[in-house]
Amino acid sequence: MNKLILKALTKSINVYHAACSPCNNCDIEILDCLTPRYDLERFGMTLVGSIRHADAMLVTGVPNMKTAKRIKLVYEQMPKPAVVIAIGSCACGGNLFRNSYNFVKPLDEIIPVNAYVTGCPPKPEAMIMGVVKLIKALKAG
Amino acid sequence: MTEHKKQTIIPIGPYHPLQEEPEFFKLYVEGEKVHKLDIELGYNHRGIEKISESKHFDQVAFAVERICGICSTSHPFAYVNAVEDLAGIGVNDRIKYIRSIIGEMERLHSHLLWLGLAGHFIGYNTVWMWVWKYREPLLDLFEFITGNRQHYAMFKIGGVRLDIANNDIPRIRKMCDDLIPAIDLFRGAVMDDPVIQSRAKGIGTLTKKEAIDYCAVGPIARASGIDIDIRRDNPYAAYGMVEWKVITRHSGDVFDKIVVRILEMYESIKIIKGCLKGLEKEPEGNIDLKIKNIPAGEGIGRHEAPRGEVFHYVRSDGSNRPVRHKIRAPSFMNVATNQITTTRGTVSDAAITLGAVDPCYCCTERCVVIDKKTNKKILSGKDLIRLCQEKTREISGKLNKKIE
Repeated sequence: MNKLILKALTKSINVYHAACSPCNNCDIEILDCLTPRYDLERFGMTLVGSIRHADAMLVTGVPNMKTAKRIKLVYEQMPKPAVVIAIGSCACGGNLFRNSYNFVKPLDEIIPVNAYVTGCPPKPEAMIMGVVKLIKALKAG
Repeated sequence: MTEHKKQTIIPIGPYHPLQEEPEFFKLYVEGEKVHKLDIELGYNHRGIEKISESKHFDQVAFAVERICGICSTSHPFAYVNAVEDLAGIGVNDRIKYIRSIIGEMERLHSHLLWLGLAGHFIGYNTVWMWVWKYREPLLDLFEFITGNRQHYAMFKIGGVRLDIANNDIPRIRKMCDDLIPAIDLFRGAVMDDPVIQSRAKGIGTLTKKEAIDYCAVGPIARASGIDIDIRRDNPYAAYGMVEWKVITRHSGDVFDKIVVRILEMYESIKIIKGCLKGLEKEPEGNIDLKIKNIPAGEGIGRHEAPRGEVFHYVRSDGSNRPVRHKIRAPSFMNVATNQITTTRGTVSDAAITLGAVDPCYCCTERCVVIDKKTNKKILSGKDLIRLCQEKTREISGKLNKKIE
């Protein structure tokens, strides 16, 4: 990856949070990362309202019949290069919903996923750890 | 020249910064005034009722926990109530007290969470940051008691999974005492703040009659002056054994919905303290009745979740799995009230009005096939399951091709 692009991507990440049928828990914990206890904003990370401003997309929940198409649409609108992080066991592999009739297929078969943070729900520390590991991996090439 | 009214459609969702979950609202707008609201649900349907029929009774308690993350105790609570009703099990006082403590701690955390988000919706992020800061000690306490920050997995049929040791009780009591000044702060900040008052007073009003017509439950109904609360009307667990009162307000606007939730937090703390007093007198251990067999029959269970009444129906045929498990979540009734409340305001108020019902769509998503002309259910549960399986296989094949 170009040096300039890499610097732009790994510093002050703008995060967009897209949920495809979650149970809300991972979503709460994502918001929790931004509040005073964990305060991700000190690293310049902010939650943005539009996917077109985002560097990273956090996806929670299992893709179901209605959201699978839409999550792909949302991903296509994100300016590249960008990263996708699957938050929670549901997004990583379906959790107990993998046998549901409304489950389409795992998230990483719909859009490319760069990092997985497992747990039901993962703690905010785990999410921060995931992002740090991803940045290190990107920098290493 | 006839006057030609122009209607604009403003979509909110499925992916929108207002919402945690994918949901779709269509606002039909004339100028700034909201004329009509279309609610499209179904983005969150995961087929939990069907999944729960494939799990055995003990597993279902943990499966229904995954319906919703914010009220993740209320579904297991209602479910164990239903199964205990089915099997005719009466639990001892220690179990009742622990269940009520967890239920009320969850109400505290849920109301705090909502209060923060309400601040966020009206662009008052200071409130959001404050409230969530004071919510953290509560989550620490959850981690201390149950081992998890969310999804506590405390409930099982005929007992609870973990005990609260008697020498941990002072710590819980201290947390409650520490939380009271924080809630006082929010009460002062919200109820005396001219900014919040002007954004919330007289906005999104739901009258008492409309609340009854729409079968609103929980804080929404209580803010409109309907005095209902399952904890008092039909006491279960330890709610009949401690002193507390139901909070009601009368005007039914967003401000009253905030006030009801803030005042309910004081009551929750009162209940927790009452339960702790009772818990001290009970001997430790003895928290699991070890239920082995669930007889054939049917049972219902109710619980007053932070958002209102949760209803679970369980039918058993004597095997180790529920044959039918029906869930009705409070948001299912409350989300429909948006149709009235948003049309009374402008677009700028729509965000807080939609947010004020504390919507929880992941609870709400159920599936029913209805004939539009006669309003009758045309498919039985069995038909529906068979159809679902067939259709899903068919559509999923098509969808996979499209995505690739």
